[in-house]
Amino acid sequence: MYLSHISEEQKVIDVDLISAHPVLDYSHGAKVSFSFDGKSMEGFEGEPIAMALHANGVRVYRSTPEMRRPRGFFCAIGKCSSCFMVVDGVPNVRTCVTPLKKNMKVETQEGRGTIKLDGVA
Amino acid sequence: MRNLTTDVLVVGGGPAGLSAAAEAAAAGASVIVAESDLHLGGQLVKQSHKFFGSKEEYAGTRGFEIAKVLKDEIAGSGAKVETLLNTTVTGYYPDENVVTAMIGEEEYLRITPKKIIMASGAQERLIPFPNNDLPGVYGAGAVQTLMNVYGVVPGKKVIMIGAGNIGLIVSYQLMQAGVEVAAILEAMPRVGGYWVHAAKIRRLGVPILLRHSIKRALGDRVITGAEIYELDEKFNQAGETETVRCDTICLAVGLTPSSEILWQGGCKMKYVPNLCGHVPFRDKTMRTSNEKIWVAGDVSGIEEASAAMIEGRIAGISAAKSLGRDVKSDSFDKFWKRLKDLRAGEVGEKIRAGVSEVLVDGWE
Repeated sequence: MYLSHISEEQKVIDVDLISAHPVLDYSHGAKVSFSFDGKSMEGFEGEPIAMALHANGVRVYRSTPEMRRPRGFFCAIGKCSSCFMVVDGVPNVRTCVTPLKKNMKVETQEGRGTIKLDGVA
Repeated sequence: MRNLTTDVLVVGGGPAGLSAAAEAAAAGASVIVAESDLHLGGQLVKQSHKFFGSKEEYAGTRGFEIAKVLKDEIAGSGAKVETLLNTTVTGYYPDENVVTAMIGEEEYLRITPKKIIMASGAQERLIPFPNNDLPGVYGAGAVQTLMNVYGVVPGKKVIMIGAGNIGLIVSYQLMQAGVEVAAILEAMPRVGGYWVHAAKIRRLGVPILLRHSIKRALGDRVITGAEIYELDEKFNQAGETETVRCDTICLAVGLTPSSEILWQGGCKMKYVPNLCGHVPFRDKTMRTSNEKIWVAGDVSGIEEASAAMIEGRIAGISAAKSLGRDVKSDSFDKFWKRLKDLRAGEVGEKIRAGVSEVLVDGWE
C-alpha cells in the first residue's frame, strides 16, 4: 500500500529477493547450489550463508542446547551467535559472515553441535 | 598459526578504521586493517540515504558512496595497507603485545603491532520481552545488511521498535525495498531522530506510535505477530493490549560500544550514558590510558559516521606521529576544528557532555 509513492517498476520477485531498488544496484556473485538439511538450494557464491538461506525462506538455523528454542538470523555482524550452524561438518559456524561456496553442506545445528575427531570412535 | 608484524594495527574497517588507516599510511607507517565482515566500509555500505553534517565529511552523499571514496583512498595507499577481511580480532595480550585474530572459522593469526587503533564500532542493543529470541526478531543493522547489501527481503510486514534516527531511516529503507512497515513504536513521548526522517515516514502513511512498546512477540517457531500496548508517564501499561500481525520485528533501540579489546588492554574505562556505554578515557590525540592503543568511532562513544571519520584521521595521524613519522603540523588542529564544528549546536549537546566526561589533558 505504501509502494505507490516509491517507484512503478519496483517489485519483489521470488518472494525474497529485491529485483529493483530506487537507489541501490545489487551486484551478485555467481549462482551456486548448496544443500540445506539435504535439500538442494541456490545462492550467490561469496555472499554469507545466512543471507542465502534467508532468501530461500529458511528462518530457523539452530536449536538451543537446553531449552531447544529455535534460533535464526539476528545481528549479521558475527557477534551474537544466533546463526550458528553446521557447515561441511563443522559446528558453530557464524553463517552471517561465512561466505557461501559451491556444494556446501549446511545443516541445522542441534544444541552445541559435535566435532568429529579423527581416529576417535 | 601465522605471525604478522606491523607498525599500526587497525581493528575494524568501517569509517573510523579506514580513515585512520589512510592517515597512518600517508605518514609512512605500515598498516594492517582487520575487518570481521566480508567487505570494508562497515555500516556505511548499508546506508542508502544522503548524509548530513559537513561538506568535508561528504554531506549530501549517500553512505555507500562514501564507503567507496574511503576504499579508493585505501587502495591508493598501495602496499602500505594490508586489509584482512573475514578476520575477527579475538584477544589482546598486553604482556606479550600480541593480538590474536581468526580468519574465517579455522585459520588463526598472531599479530604483533607497534601501535593499535581500535575502531571496532558497536553492537546492537536488545530489549527484554517474551519471545525476543525467535527468528524474525532482527537488529536494525541486520535488516539493513539483508536488504541493502545483499538484496534479500527481510520480511513482508515489519514492526519497528524505536523512533531514533536508525529506526526512522531503516523504516524508510524497508519501504524502498517494497516491505510494509506496520508501525514504528517509541516508548518515549517524542521522536528521538531528526524531524526530516520522521516526516518522510509519516508522509508515506506509517504510524509512529509514541508512548508505545512491545509486550510480547507472538509465534511458535518464527514470528507471526506482536502484542503492543500504550504506556503511561511511568512506563506502565495504559489501555488495552493490541495484536498486530507481522513476520518481522526490527529492533532499533540503540547501540553499545564493542570495547572488549580495550578492557583486555587495561584501558581506563567509564560508563557514560551520553556515549551509550563503557568508553575509554582518551586525550585529544584519541590515545587511551594504554600508550599503545588509540580509539576512533563508535567504540569511543556512539555518535555517527562523520565524527567517526574525523576521529579516525586524528587517531591515524597521532599513532603515526608516536612512531616518529612526519605528519603535517597543522593537520591535527584542522581535524579537531572539524570535529568541534560537527558537534556544535543543539544536536551535539549530548555528545559534548559525554566526551567531556572522558577527555583528559594528557597522560603523565
